[in-house]
Amino acid sequence: MAKVRGKVTFMEHRCKGCELCTTVCPVDIVKMAKDRINVKGYHPATVYEMEKCIACGNCATICPDTVIKVERLRDND
Amino acid sequence: MAKVLMKGNEAIGAAAIKAGCKFFFGYPITPQSELPEYMAREMPKAGATFLQAESEVAAINMVYGAAGAGARVMTSSSSPGISLKQEGISYIAGSELPCLIVNIIRGGPGLGGIQPAQSDYFQATKGGGHGDYKMVVLAPASVQELTDLMMEGFDIADQYRNPVMIIGDGMLGQMMEPVELREPQKRNLPPKDWATTGTGGRGHTNVINSLFIDPAECEKHNLRLKAKFDEMEKNEKKYEIFNCDNPDLIAVAYGTTARIVKTVIDKCKEEGINVGLIRPISLWPFPYEVFEEYADKTKAFLSVEMSLGQMVEDVKLGVNGKKPVHFYGRTGGMVPVPDDIVAEIKKILGGAK
Amino acid sequence: MAEMVFQRTKGLQDRPFHYCPGCTHGIIHRLVAEVLEELDVLDKAIGVAPVGCSVFAYDYFNCDMQEAAHGRAPAVATGIKRVHPDKVVFSYQGDGDLASIGTAEIVHAAMRGEKITTIFVNNAIYGMTGGQMAPTTLVGQKATTSPFGRDKDHAGSPIRMSEMLATLDGPAYIERVTVTTPAHVRKAKKAIKKAFQAQIERKGFTMIEVLSTCPTNWGLTPVEALRWLEENMIPYYPLGVYKTSEEVK
Repeated sequence: MAKVRGKVTFMEHRCKGCELCTTVCPVDIVKMAKDRINVKGYHPATVYEMEKCIACGNCATICPDTVIKVERLRDND
Repeated sequence: MAKVLMKGNEAIGAAAIKAGCKFFFGYPITPQSELPEYMAREMPKAGATFLQAESEVAAINMVYGAAGAGARVMTSSSSPGISLKQEGISYIAGSELPCLIVNIIRGGPGLGGIQPAQSDYFQATKGGGHGDYKMVVLAPASVQELTDLMMEGFDIADQYRNPVMIIGDGMLGQMMEPVELREPQKRNLPPKDWATTGTGGRGHTNVINSLFIDPAECEKHNLRLKAKFDEMEKNEKKYEIFNCDNPDLIAVAYGTTARIVKTVIDKCKEEGINVGLIRPISLWPFPYEVFEEYADKTKAFLSVEMSLGQMVEDVKLGVNGKKPVHFYGRTGGMVPVPDDIVAEIKKILGGAK
Repeated sequence: MAEMVFQRTKGLQDRPFHYCPGCTHGIIHRLVAEVLEELDVLDKAIGVAPVGCSVFAYDYFNCDMQEAAHGRAPAVATGIKRVHPDKVVFSYQGDGDLASIGTAEIVHAAMRGEKITTIFVNNAIYGMTGGQMAPTTLVGQKATTSPFGRDKDHAGSPIRMSEMLATLDGPAYIERVTVTTPAHVRKAKKAIKKAFQAQIERKGFTMIEVLSTCPTNWGLTPVEALRWLEENMIPYYPLGVYKTSEEVK
């Protein structure tokens, strides 16, 4: 069975660093980027291991600022 | 149309329906309850909606919502109820919504009484609610004039996107006189393309709002409103000049008090005293210029009011120190008696001679 | 081609929210906007914004909006709906707005069965004015005007609006939901959709109470705030459907 793969995209400049998205990821890949700050002055949320993403949409669902876009990739993507 | 005998409170309703008012939101209060009762009975027949609100506060906010949605809408109340509506009136003025508000004034302050009074003059003309705003305030003296001003009032409101207030008292509300519902002079009314009707295919959203959190923006909004109020001041002054051909004294009175003063004028004539009357019909904008003009033609002014002296302040501003301005008033629901006013006039003129 | 799982709804204007980090108003705004888009009624929706943190809601929803005086949104919405019975009218109100200063307006709009949908955001505190005690502040909860914790003898017990309004005949649908987990968020959206559908079908007054957070004034991190809500608010304000009229069932 083909594994579901996903891709999340952050509108990083709108992230307020609330961290809610980091608590709901079933594969625990949403992290705060401690190495940088965005235009608002927050460490933005990010994903370092995108290949683990299962496109569940949890992070986007809990994000209060609609920062996150989630796509499900097909095998040939 | 033939003349019909109508009671003031009901004539307000008939004129409103005739003027195309489609929504009435109100709350019962003496001495104007015949009006909501009339509306509850008559509006459905005209395809219009009467709704009794849970309070005056709710009623005026229903007016806000309906006006913002583009409808011709009104409410009515009496003094304590109008106090409750002041918050909404301020929001309506701030959000630039057209509506008509009727105040059948009773004596105050507080619960006061239910008899005729004119003690809400300051509240009506000097703000009432918070913020820098103005509204046209019209004070009819007969049932015919009441219906004329009701019908024109809706047009004034629509023309300027601003609330308009009609004030009267229990006497006018209860008075029966023959009336003819007459169309006002046609005005060029702007389309209500700002109303919240659902975007439809409009391509942009409409927002009804009075919040401007940036003080520079809020000042700009106020200055824009001011320009509109200046236009109203320029265009909407109404008054009656009666028997003012070099009179010994000019009485100043509005609404039902002006009718009493006309009796006084007759009585004075019998005694060889020539008294004139300036009757402001628009209390805001107040016809200040007229007073300056007539100050050269008389010895003194006497403001007669059913209050402890409110309009007299505007009369003084108008006369601008050119002649003495006196005051005579009864309050708390007491109505001035012609003989007492005559006595007051004699006292003033005796002193002046 | 990738398949879109989640993207920003057209029901929201492309404008960042002014809310504090982690404030769940943003989620609730989004849910209402998504529902309006999915029901295809954005072009016939008219919303009423309250006074409170969500006072700028008119800047966010992509539909016609009116800004009401504090607590008066249900009266304003009544005026709008009576003028446009075929349009979709909603009010969006916080707990100070709806459950304190606007109690009369919400009770009577519900009593009349006004065909509007009220989104009632309950976070047990006054947010915009700086964390004062709300009618919904829990007993013992500290606020700037209950610095020692809400004292039941002094300030009474918090008001449960959904339960109270459910005693009336006018409401067609009342449900209390929350947004503390993705599962709860999805459930909240279903409830909001059900309420709007009931309005469109002219069933009566509908209200969805959403338990929400205020990390800033609660003095908690956004993540802690979600847990505090679950542990403290849900026991006092149980989630669930409080009113379903026969027609909605």
